Amino acid sequence: MKPPVFEYHRPGSVAEALDVLAQTGHDGKVLAGGQSLVPLLNMRLAAPAHLVDVNWLGELDQVPCDAGGVRVGALARHARVEHDPGAAEAVPLLGQAIGDIAHTTVRNRGTVVGSLVHADPAAELPAVLVLLGGTMELASAGNRPRRVAAADFFVGPLESALRPGELATAAHFPRPPAGSGSAWVELARRHGDYAVCGVGVLVALDQGLRVSSARAALISVGPVPVPVDLTDALAGQPHDAADWAAAGRLAAAAVDPEDDIHASAAYRRHLAGVLTARAARSAAAAAASRLEASA
Amino acid sequence: MTTRTMGEPIPRREDPRLVAGDGRYLDDLGRGALAAAFVRSPHAAARVVDVDVSRALEVDGLVAIYTYEDLEGPMAEPLPLLIPHPRLHAGRTAYPLANGVVRHVGEPVAMVVARDRYLAEDACERIAVAYEPLAPVVGLDAAVAAERAVHDDVPDNVAAHMVQEHGDARAAVAAAPHRLELDLSIERSASMPLEGRGVYARWDAADRSLRVYSSTQTSTSVRFALAVKLGVPVDRVEVVAPDVGGGFGVKIVHPWPEEVLVPWAAIRLGREVKWAEDRREHFVASAHERGQRHHVSVGFDDDGRLLGLDVEFLHDNGAYTPYGIIVPIITATQLLGPYKPGAYRAEFRSLYTNTVIVTPYRGAGRPQAAFAMERTMDAIAAYLHRDRAEVRSANFIQPSEMPYDHHLTFQDGRPLVYDSGDYPATLDKIKKLVGWDEFEAFREEARAAGRRVGIGLACYVEGTGVGPYEGAHVRVETNGTVVVATGLTTQGQGHETAFAQVAAEALGVPVERVTVVTGDTRRFKYAVGTFASRAAVMSGNAVALAAGKVRAKALRIAAEALETDPDDLEVADGMVRVKGAPEREIALETVAVLANPLRYAFDEQTKLATQFVVGRGAEDPPVAEDDEPGLEATDWYSPVRSTFANGMHAVVVETDPETAEVRILRYCVVHDCGRLINPRIVEGQIHGGVAQGVGGALYERMVYDENGQLLNASFMDFLMPYASEVPKVETDHLETPSPLNPLGIKGAGEAGTIPGAAVLAAAISDAEGFFIDTMPISPSELWALREKEDG
Ligand SMILES: Cc1cc2nc3c(=O)[nH]c(=O)nc-3n(C[C@H](O)[C@H](O)[C@H](O)COP(=O)(O)OP(=O)(O)OC[C@H]3O[C@@H](n4cnc5c(N)ncnc54)[C@H](O)[C@@H]3O)c2cc1C
Repeated sequence: MKPPVFEYHRPGSVAEALDVLAQTGHDGKVLAGGQSLVPLLNMRLAAPAHLVDVNWLGELDQVPCDAGGVRVGALARHARVEHDPGAAEAVPLLGQAIGDIAHTTVRNRGTVVGSLVHADPAAELPAVLVLLGGTMELASAGNRPRRVAAADFFVGPLESALRPGELATAAHFPRPPAGSGSAWVELARRHGDYAVCGVGVLVALDQGLRVSSARAALISVGPVPVPVDLTDALAGQPHDAADWAAAGRLAAAAVDPEDDIHASAAYRRHLAGVLTARAARSAAAAAASRLEASA
Repeated sequence: MTTRTMGEPIPRREDPRLVAGDGRYLDDLGRGALAAAFVRSPHAAARVVDVDVSRALEVDGLVAIYTYEDLEGPMAEPLPLLIPHPRLHAGRTAYPLANGVVRHVGEPVAMVVARDRYLAEDACERIAVAYEPLAPVVGLDAAVAAERAVHDDVPDNVAAHMVQEHGDARAAVAAAPHRLELDLSIERSASMPLEGRGVYARWDAADRSLRVYSSTQTSTSVRFALAVKLGVPVDRVEVVAPDVGGGFGVKIVHPWPEEVLVPWAAIRLGREVKWAEDRREHFVASAHERGQRHHVSVGFDDDGRLLGLDVEFLHDNGAYTPYGIIVPIITATQLLGPYKPGAYRAEFRSLYTNTVIVTPYRGAGRPQAAFAMERTMDAIAAYLHRDRAEVRSANFIQPSEMPYDHHLTFQDGRPLVYDSGDYPATLDKIKKLVGWDEFEAFREEARAAGRRVGIGLACYVEGTGVGPYEGAHVRVETNGTVVVATGLTTQGQGHETAFAQVAAEALGVPVERVTVVTGDTRRFKYAVGTFASRAAVMSGNAVALAAGKVRAKALRIAAEALETDPDDLEVADGMVRVKGAPEREIALETVAVLANPLRYAFDEQTKLATQFVVGRGAEDPPVAEDDEPGLEATDWYSPVRSTFANGMHAVVVETDPETAEVRILRYCVVHDCGRLINPRIVEGQIHGGVAQGVGGALYERMVYDENGQLLNASFMDFLMPYASEVPKVETDHLETPSPLNPLGIKGAGEAGTIPGAAVLAAAISDAEGFFIDTMPISPSELWALREKEDG
């Protein structure tokens, strides 16, 4: 379990990084937290000829928050975002979901943007980005940075819309509308494992604390995060007594999971329903308490 | 005044070093050594047609590539079958490197030696092996069907077939008023030590001697095996087990292919060579255990008392049988636990499959045995609508019936005779600890809150401390240090602490003065190894006996010096004193000086000991004819048979009505391993054992596909429990001394693991209201069972 030979680059600026990436093209890979890439190298499942280490690009280690939401720079580690008060206020779902990523040691190294680019169908953050309708910011030498919507970014298992030579510089997580609340619920075999099934739910309430809209995004039940609109099942119902099971049924019907060594497809579909119902209930409760707090 | 050390929960002295990262494990040694790596079969069954190394030769830093063609003499023969048995009629072992055929994914085909491991792996990748794949035998069904054979000359795939019987069990079952038939299965798991296997060899060409460091549970036997395989005289071979990062059984197997090949290459190349196993190699090229399927026929009376018990089981031994049939023999004989079975019959077939070999893993056949027996007890109780504890109690061997002869033959070839134990008292304690009688009230309360809970109980008896022998050497140095050496190895069990306690107590010195050396053949050459919960019993008693001899010698010499009778002396706190006249005393280190008359004085201490001052008569030789210099002794402990520890686990679980997740609310253990040397160490052993028991019950399995590929060969998909999955363990002890050994102790190393699958299956069944007959169980599987129950 030793990686094959590669050339190591440590650019000192984003511009320099983009130049190296442009030169190495298909043969180059960005090294961020290394929590996913290094195991792949060691198992010789990936063998890039060049590694471009972005860990020295302090300019990417930013998590600015504003009225629009949270912009997570490419070097911001999971742990930093998880505990960032501004991010928690603007997009509570970020911290809720990150808490279920691996363990502290992994979260201290792994980056939010790295996780998004890696596009693991069992990873939490792609679902969060999809649920919130966020965007990825991608830069490359000689071109204008491009923005790709979450819905277009996740293409397949471990496959994103990132092109060779591109660096993902940030991910933008929009602030959910006032009066909404969120929850993340997942089931993992062991504490910190990738989820057998996971779901994020965003519920918006009206002034009478009735559901006005609700959306979910599920992981580990398809090649990419599966968005599900739950509004039909919940709209107009009280925040503390809606037909959560109906929301669950919508989710279960929307997913197309597969059997694997940890769980059957049928069980995963069952979980999609159960966990969506649970998450919707919590999200509605969170929305209500936010509304009450601001009232 | 003597400070007691036996029985004290003193902290493990090895921990500060190991916990702070100061351990010296195999891969910490031999920094400058060449690295070995192996080309391993990607097929479960194939003929090796050709090995083309030409592209590998381009790798800069490559030193050598070896295949079977390069092996000669004993190296070209199959590896030893370590424990032959008359019932193992078709035992087969592997060659160090594949000889034309591979029989499991991971079998080594070629060895590469290079400047470092990176380059060695580069070269491995460039070696092109042409295989002609064969259809593999995977799983017990395929092995039994025998449409294909793992070994051409074993067409039915049966390596061993064995029956043990006492009474006419089938007749007894047939004649019983009540009968049940059960099919009970357990899947594979593995020892999975955090440090894999590893070997580092140094050949001294001028001295013609070989030093081998191996991450092994038996350095003494590796030494003999290497001498035979490599054709090096035994006295030119030294084997050292450095710090070993866990063994749990897998490292008692030896010599592994890599364990002979690395020193062999070191000799051929005249260079140091090292190999440290990586995790994927450990999954596919070391050993697994537990895969067994049992059919139980049981006959019983109205009280649930066993009248006849007839157990047939199939054991999947993987591709080879280097460790013989120890595991199924243990299942067959330990299944009886604390019970009188009436008539008993156990029959097993041990079958070849194209999978990794099966050798003992902590518990070694007992977790399967406890699962079969304890599920049977639960089934009987359910059938009779009786309390599960009551049914067990009706079958207990009573303390007054000890020693109890089962009229069977145990794994050591000796009669299966329990030496002592108080099962009714153990049951009382566990019921009290878990609150057995109050559980129904808790269940109702939980049910009212929409929660599902269940309770389970499982008992076991464990034969521990198997022979044939262990020895120890104890020496008092002239600075007062006491050095204890045993040939037995250590893998984190706390031997440095426990053996120091035994020696300190036997010798009458403070425990801090005692240092312990284990597993180094330079220091002690004869030993068996650390397995089968035997170290404390075997080496513990040997240390006590050797220390006793040293003490006797110290008293004799001190008596001369103090001009008194040895019987009037005692040793306490490192001083030999006249009883009742403590001012007349002599320090043990001074006795050590007196014990060794010297020619040369090189410090103040030794000036006292030259032949010119030691007080023997001018006509007497400085060392008496029947004496030896030095205050030291060696002694041995060899028991007539094993001693039997026992225990009971009780568990409360909660199952999620929707997701079928299982949460352990309480995990209680009552344990009787005779006299305790150090309760803290015993607790630690129980905690670790429970962690592995929980792992085997709820998380771990080896997932082979129909092609014999192990689908979860990494820590990402093989789910060893984290600390967060292991429950808090509540323990209580009984101390029923063993009458078989001087210290009255029994083994404790494996106990915590044994009833894990049984007790969790019982508790989950109790929560769910249906019978679970297969372990481990995942939430997905539990949910599927619910769906089936609900129709
Ligand atoms: C034991 C363990 C458990 C884990 N459990 C979970 C879990 O439960 N949920 C979960 O979501 N994740 C989990 N992970 C993965 C973890 O979240 C990783 O941190 C994350 O997947 C990748 O982030 P990274 O910064 O480490 O990326 P790296 O490993 O450095 O890179 C991953 C991939 O993304 C590319 N990349 C990274 N950053 C950029 C960039 N800025 N621009 C372009 N390409 C880039 C790399 O080239 C590489 O292909 C686990 C990891 C481990 C080791």
